[in-house]
Amino acid sequence: MSATASPGSVTAFRGDPNHLGHGRDGRGESRATGRGTGGPSPKRIVVAYGFWIFILSDIVMFASFFASYAVLQGGVSDGPTGPQIFDLTNTALETGLLLLSSFACGMASLALGARRMLYFQVAMAVTFCLGAGFVALEVMEFADLIARGIGPSRSAFLSSFFTLVGCHGLHVTVGLLWLLTMMAQVLTKGFRSDIVRRTLCFALFWHALDIVWVGVFSIVYLMGSIT
Amino acid sequence: MSHADQAGAHELDRHQTDLAPGEEYGEEDIGKGIRGYLIGLALAVLLTLCSFAIVHTKVVWAPAVPVAILIFAIAQMGVHLVFFLHITTGPDNTNNVMALAFGVLFVVLVVGGSVWIMSNMNANMMPAMPHAAMPNSATPHQPMTQPMQH
Repeated sequence: MSATASPGSVTAFRGDPNHLGHGRDGRGESRATGRGTGGPSPKRIVVAYGFWIFILSDIVMFASFFASYAVLQGGVSDGPTGPQIFDLTNTALETGLLLLSSFACGMASLALGARRMLYFQVAMAVTFCLGAGFVALEVMEFADLIARGIGPSRSAFLSSFFTLVGCHGLHVTVGLLWLLTMMAQVLTKGFRSDIVRRTLCFALFWHALDIVWVGVFSIVYLMGSIT
Repeated sequence: MSHADQAGAHELDRHQTDLAPGEEYGEEDIGKGIRGYLIGLALAVLLTLCSFAIVHTKVVWAPAVPVAILIFAIAQMGVHLVFFLHITTGPDNTNNVMALAFGVLFVVLVVGGSVWIMSNMNANMMPAMPHAAMPNSATPHQPMTQPMQH
């Protein structure tokens, strides 16, 4: 509220100086759910918050892998360096696939909100295909490197590279399985509220994986290619 | 109830429709939802293209390229958070924002601290010695006696 508001707003501030939602007589911001007299938050908010905590802990785990990669990047021993093994065209393709997959997942979430079964299943199927394409490209890249003797045991740099990128790929693979599960559950059980919440958690997971991939392609592939 | 209180109440009603992560829809306004995702996709594609282009072209002064890539990456993460994960400033989102802030703090400490400490140790490492000076070296390959290059 602006400084020129009427005295009424001043009382509201006095009743709830820190906007904690515990104002007297239901004043202040208390009408918002999860804030004092606003009552508890809807279950979807609480569930999403819990899953958000999980995602953040996952991101902290990725941060330690990023840290070890950054530290071990120079320890190439007698193996190849990053610029010698990175194929940026492949990386760009992977990035495009995962980004479009994230967008398709958003469309699936909208269809879920509108309770449109066909649109939901189609959008989820598109999400799956794009995500599977990403995993396929990454598996091919890894298989090619290992076939050329450039495996994770070659040098510290390669160990940290395979751990970081492989861990992300593993997350995407698990996400693909979860995606198929949600398609089947929505199909058989319908738009039941718990199923909808579960599917929204999947959407959070999928979008979060795209955020981690932004870090991977920027720090591992792009910054690793310029030195 | 004064006029200001009523205005405040209206403001709260609007805020109550703000959504937490995982909440993709508010007022069943599909068009608005699609528009949000499209804006997010367009911004993300733009930032990705900038990142890849800056590596290939020689427009930017070479030592500044890593910094530019990092800034593009952070910006794109922000775009994803806002347009895909729907992190907002609404009351429903306060807890999520606080948790995110803690997560960011942790990531910065872990990554920044590791890089700082290890580069410091590398810089203070003993200089490279000739191979003959280490007769007890049992490793088949040449041991890494030089500081790692960063």
